[in-house]
Amino acid sequence: MRSIVIAAILLAGTVSAQAQQKPAVDSAKIDAAIAAAFPTAPPEWRPRFDQDETMKVCSIHHNVPPKADADAIQAREKAKIEYPADGNLLGDWKSGERLAQSGYGLRFTDYPARNPNGGNCYACHQLTKAEVSYGTIGPSLLNYGKVRNFGAAETKAAYEKVYNAQAAYPCSNMPRFGTNKVLTIEQIKDLVALVMSPDSPVNK
Amino acid sequence: MVKKLLVALVACCAVVAVSSIARAQDETEKAIEKYRQMLKEDPWSNPGLLDADRGEGLWTTAAGPNKASLEKCDLGKGPGVVDGAFAELPRYFADANKVMDLETRLLWCIEKLQGAKREDLVKRPYPAGGQPVKDLGAIATYVASKSNGMKFAAKLDKAQEKVVVDEGQAIFFRRQGPHDFACATCHADSGKRIRLQGLPFLSEPKEAQQVVGQWPAYRVSTTQVMTMQHRMYDCYWQMRMPELEIGSDVSVALISYLIKSAEGGDIAAPGLKR
Repeated sequence: MRSIVIAAILLAGTVSAQAQQKPAVDSAKIDAAIAAAFPTAPPEWRPRFDQDETMKVCSIHHNVPPKADADAIQAREKAKIEYPADGNLLGDWKSGERLAQSGYGLRFTDYPARNPNGGNCYACHQLTKAEVSYGTIGPSLLNYGKVRNFGAAETKAAYEKVYNAQAAYPCSNMPRFGTNKVLTIEQIKDLVALVMSPDSPVNK
Repeated sequence: MVKKLLVALVACCAVVAVSSIARAQDETEKAIEKYRQMLKEDPWSNPGLLDADRGEGLWTTAAGPNKASLEKCDLGKGPGVVDGAFAELPRYFADANKVMDLETRLLWCIEKLQGAKREDLVKRPYPAGGQPVKDLGAIATYVASKSNGMKFAAKLDKAQEKVVVDEGQAIFFRRQGPHDFACATCHADSGKRIRLQGLPFLSEPKEAQQVVGQWPAYRVSTTQVMTMQHRMYDCYWQMRMPELEIGSDVSVALISYLIKSAEGGDIAAPGLKR
């Protein structure tokens, strides 16, 4: 028992030491430094320097926001999700697989655009048994639909996670693909099909 | 050496082809590590050393409108002192009233001693794929190699330096752009990969100490030396940001933060990367 208490005290010590590692930095000065660091940026690129409220909060808290901030992010990001007009959330898993493989789009070497933007899912997630070159920043999505019984509510949740991951996981590392207009609604449907279709290799 | 490389690459591919999928990941990692080990066993096999030699020649050659060499350049240990200078950078330079990393200081010396124009120097500082590192990078490779075997010992304790390190940390965690990416997206956890590429946990001293000292590094995939400033530029490309200016406050702050995180780590420059 005593050792548990000591461990708890030690843990508390670690946490406060970590908190101290975040020095108070003048955020206006950081914003100005960013705005000055890319002098060749064309005017239409300059909005990329700016942070919305969610980016600001996640940056300041090193992606571990306090509960109240996390709740606020979730509510705010959930409100930004748009759904297909016809309510159909499942597209074509084969197109989804191509999107999952492609990291193309929005880099300064990608203009004028030669291809649609990719989702680059494999950079961070395992998806199919066939693709062994996958990253591990995100969880494995192998059998994603199968373990969820291909349920309608789960399909909607998958759509929402791709559209705006932070509505489910505040300060997630995953891009808000729909909200930030990286992917279209049709592309997101294709990715939902990749993880949620029974005939997709993700579930085979 | 080319033969060794080929054997290692073939071994990598063969391993992927024949292994069961479950084992393929580990096997691939092992094969890549074996390939690195083979190149390490013969320290003279690193093609980056050719650029270090070129850099040494450039350091002592009169150049620019002023027809001056860089031999009076003060990298922090006095004019012309190259040995061990990189190990104590970045640092605050009173003459420039700025904290500078190695490449930023070299830019300053090229501008002030040789009379080159800054706007020309920062225009296209990095080579296209397959091209050798440009002159500035070759000089940086030379200077860094003269701290090889030493430990990172930048003090970074002056008020100006502390501010820059703290700003570097804030920039490291700053999310921006259409993908919400920050340096921390990929480099704030242990044991993660992008595809098969392992990612160092750079805000953790133990991991930073292992990798930061390998830059400038020869990259096998692009067959050229990549400097630390170029590395930052490339990360911002991937983060969907515009072209990061060499010697900008952002790149200097990030490099200062990384080197502070790597304090005490071994310098093994030029390193050898994928």
